[in-house]
Amino acid sequence: MTTRLVVDPVTRIEGHMRVEVDLDENNMITNAVSSGTMWRGLEVILKGRDPRDAWAFAQRICGVCTGTHALTSIRSVEDALDIQIPENANIIRNIMQLTLYVHDHLVHFYHLHALDWVDVISALKADPKATSELAQSISSWGKSSPGYFNEVQQRMKTFVESGQLGLFMNGYWGSPAYKLPPEANLLAVAHYLEALDFQKEIVKIHTVFGGKNPHPNWLVGGMACAINVDDTGAVGAVNMERLNLVSSVIDQCIEFVDKVYVPDLKAIASFYKDWTYGGGIASQNIMSYGDIPDYANNYEANSLLLPRGAIINGNLNEIHEIDLRNPEEIQEYVPHSWYKYPDETKGLHPWDGITEPNFELGKNTKGTKTHIEELDEGGKYSWIKAPRWRGHAMEVGPLSRYIIGYAQNNPEFKEPTDKLLRDLDLPFDALFSSLGRTAARGLEASWAAHKMKYFYNKLIANIKSGDLATANTQKWEPDTWPKEAKGVGFTEAPRGALGHWIVIKDTKIDNYQAVVPTTWNASPRDPEGQIGAYESSLLNTPLAKADEPLEILRTLHSFDPCLACSTHIMSPEKEELVSVKVR
Amino acid sequence: MSNKDTFFNAMQSRGVSRRDFLKFCTVTAATMGLSASAVAQVVEAMETKTRIPVLWIHGLECTCCSESFIRSGHPLATDVVLSMISLDYDDTLMAAAGHQAEACLDEIIEKYKGNYIVAVEGNPPLNEDGMYCIIGGKPFTHQLHKAAEHAKAVIAWGSCASSGCVQAAKPNPTQATPVHKVILDKPVIRVPGCPPIADVMTGVLTYMLTFDRLPELDSQRRPKMFYSQRIHDKCYRRPHFDAGQFVESWDDEGARKGYCLYKMGCKGPTTYNACSTVGWNDGVSFPIQSGHGCIGCSEDDFWDKQPFYERLSNVEIPQFGVEANADKIGMAAAGVVGVGIAAHAVASAVKHSSAKSTTKEDKGE
Repeated sequence: MTTRLVVDPVTRIEGHMRVEVDLDENNMITNAVSSGTMWRGLEVILKGRDPRDAWAFAQRICGVCTGTHALTSIRSVEDALDIQIPENANIIRNIMQLTLYVHDHLVHFYHLHALDWVDVISALKADPKATSELAQSISSWGKSSPGYFNEVQQRMKTFVESGQLGLFMNGYWGSPAYKLPPEANLLAVAHYLEALDFQKEIVKIHTVFGGKNPHPNWLVGGMACAINVDDTGAVGAVNMERLNLVSSVIDQCIEFVDKVYVPDLKAIASFYKDWTYGGGIASQNIMSYGDIPDYANNYEANSLLLPRGAIINGNLNEIHEIDLRNPEEIQEYVPHSWYKYPDETKGLHPWDGITEPNFELGKNTKGTKTHIEELDEGGKYSWIKAPRWRGHAMEVGPLSRYIIGYAQNNPEFKEPTDKLLRDLDLPFDALFSSLGRTAARGLEASWAAHKMKYFYNKLIANIKSGDLATANTQKWEPDTWPKEAKGVGFTEAPRGALGHWIVIKDTKIDNYQAVVPTTWNASPRDPEGQIGAYESSLLNTPLAKADEPLEILRTLHSFDPCLACSTHIMSPEKEELVSVKVR
Repeated sequence: MSNKDTFFNAMQSRGVSRRDFLKFCTVTAATMGLSASAVAQVVEAMETKTRIPVLWIHGLECTCCSESFIRSGHPLATDVVLSMISLDYDDTLMAAAGHQAEACLDEIIEKYKGNYIVAVEGNPPLNEDGMYCIIGGKPFTHQLHKAAEHAKAVIAWGSCASSGCVQAAKPNPTQATPVHKVILDKPVIRVPGCPPIADVMTGVLTYMLTFDRLPELDSQRRPKMFYSQRIHDKCYRRPHFDAGQFVESWDDEGARKGYCLYKMGCKGPTTYNACSTVGWNDGVSFPIQSGHGCIGCSEDDFWDKQPFYERLSNVEIPQFGVEANADKIGMAAAGVVGVGIAAHAVASAVKHSSAKSTTKEDKGE
């Protein structure tokens, strides 16, 4: 006998999402349906616009991973029009992208994900002195005295005893699924608050180069922030004071990530080593486009500091090359998505992509059009399309990047991973889990913070050598453009592989398609019945309590869902599960 | 409610002295553009009031408003959510999900009828019976109406809620609609910008908590304290505009010297916002200071008005530094925006005559 649990809204994510799971008599998930529940139509809105403006529209796809869509958009236009950018522009863009990594990963860990592992109410029972000892045993971070933890605890006590629980209202406090002792909970709560105060510092790097955050400004052909360190008017440009500010924030990022985030991650993980669920297709099919070009205008794997490639069927000995231009590789399907294709048995490459909404519920849906009680995964059930790489559902994100880097024997990814596994006394396969995803994200935040320093030094060296250029305006005017052009831009967004495909005709956008990380991970079924990363990751997970979705949130959050980017996931009929190929 | 958790108590428990607390109140008052005499009111409010429930709901949006909000430097986001308000529903940050999350909303509406604030990020799409944005299996419009019905006030955060923003750009396939066109029976405060500046967001909220009233609004329902002047009016590059010194091409000599970005398409002359005064992210910079023109993100329909790099028409460029041109520019710019500004000017005139807290802010309109 199965029962269906509906979770809507899924909270602590970006955007709107619904998940439905079937539970057997042991509260084990036997079927999962994930549905993106919003559509904004940006691809439609971009048609006919000036390609130089596209970044601003595309950036508004997501304000959490702010900047990465703008950068991807700009790369697609530069690819289409064959625009080369100056070295400084490449460096500054990399610093901005890495800034996003540190910010996004940190906020995800503490503010979107931690409450899946940390019981806030239990923290009230902690001994501040023991908490202090715990803190000092894992890190040299300064704020670790018994007095400090006592203060935090008192503040939380006052808050809770007021009867107004705010964000913590109706949480799953006291659930047997929480495993941390009170002291570890108090430590995490203290750092939840510290991280909330600190994150606003990180983004000041975006503010220096892009004028604001969220949604800094970008420019086709380079960056708009001119460099002037010597001459008249330097105060109005990127000057020594601005560079010092950037450098100081980078140092703070490195310290916070290495002394707070990563030690907390390890401490929390050490209590959840037995909770090995959530792997899904991570051990089978993963992909990364690669990013952070070390050399301007070189987007080949040898220039990209984040690894590029695809692994299928769990064969880590073979890394496949990816070609975003090949019409046979990346294709999007819509038989279970609320869109219309002329032939829905076939997938479309993004350059030929169609985004035509078609809200139509399956015949076994329970409820009405405007009051859905249970979705019918046999029909259309999500505002997210189903992208496939050479026909495979793929997982993307920090874990994919780390596994690919590991498989390539890249020490920057292999060594920290091995160290983490050693410290926690876990085998390699333990990475294929919700916790593995969360751990890879933490390691990557540290990688990114240190790489910011690398690029900062590179920027200084470049300026020292006399190179001040930040923009190439040779092809700024539309009359220099060809009548027709096609381009593709890609980045690794914090959540995974991101591509924008653009077609320009008569100086205007003729077609624009974005295939975003959450589209990959949250993908609904395809015509073959293959499920995506979210749905597969929830299977075979037991819930401690049938009416509390704590474990579901834990696994979904490990992907860091971003639904404005790509919302819609739904689960299929029970019998369809038989056709599920991936464990 | 026993054991009242006031802002002052919370700060005290964190070891903040009364002296520092008063300093905080002074800074808060200054942020809101209040005179020194208002500091006492801020202090009183912070010392005695319990936390007002806030239901922060999300329609079609990108979450940049939430992200901006947590960037607030004064007050800090931690102080806002722990000590100033009770953020009882916010799907981006709340612990509960699904039924347990929906129960939070229901409970607050029932328990605090007429005494809670609804903050809306994003907007409702009206096409397809609202099903372009689904919450709990129902259209977002359902949640919006339910939350707003008994609200004390509704804040429309950002350009999505205020004017539709990017998803409402042509052809607006989902019929994304600003909040004040859907909620007709409640005071709706529009706080536009994509996103709004963090300290403007917390400033608006703090004002309401402190004075227990809505901020003074202009004819477009924007708080006058932050939206009554153009970026251009207070831009530090304005002298270069007046002197006829412009960036002519990206990264040219003018760009490196920090000249005016008008010719690169800057929309500062027609955009009402606080960027050039409050600044972004603790005042570190704002778009023009970092070399890119303003794209006008707090103005209605800014996506459709004009491409971002196209020069504003009808703005007369001063040839040589003649200060008198400032007014001319203001008037010409008003012509571009048309009806909106005209209405704004009328409202400003009305405010002048109402004598209440007239400031220099209306100058030039």
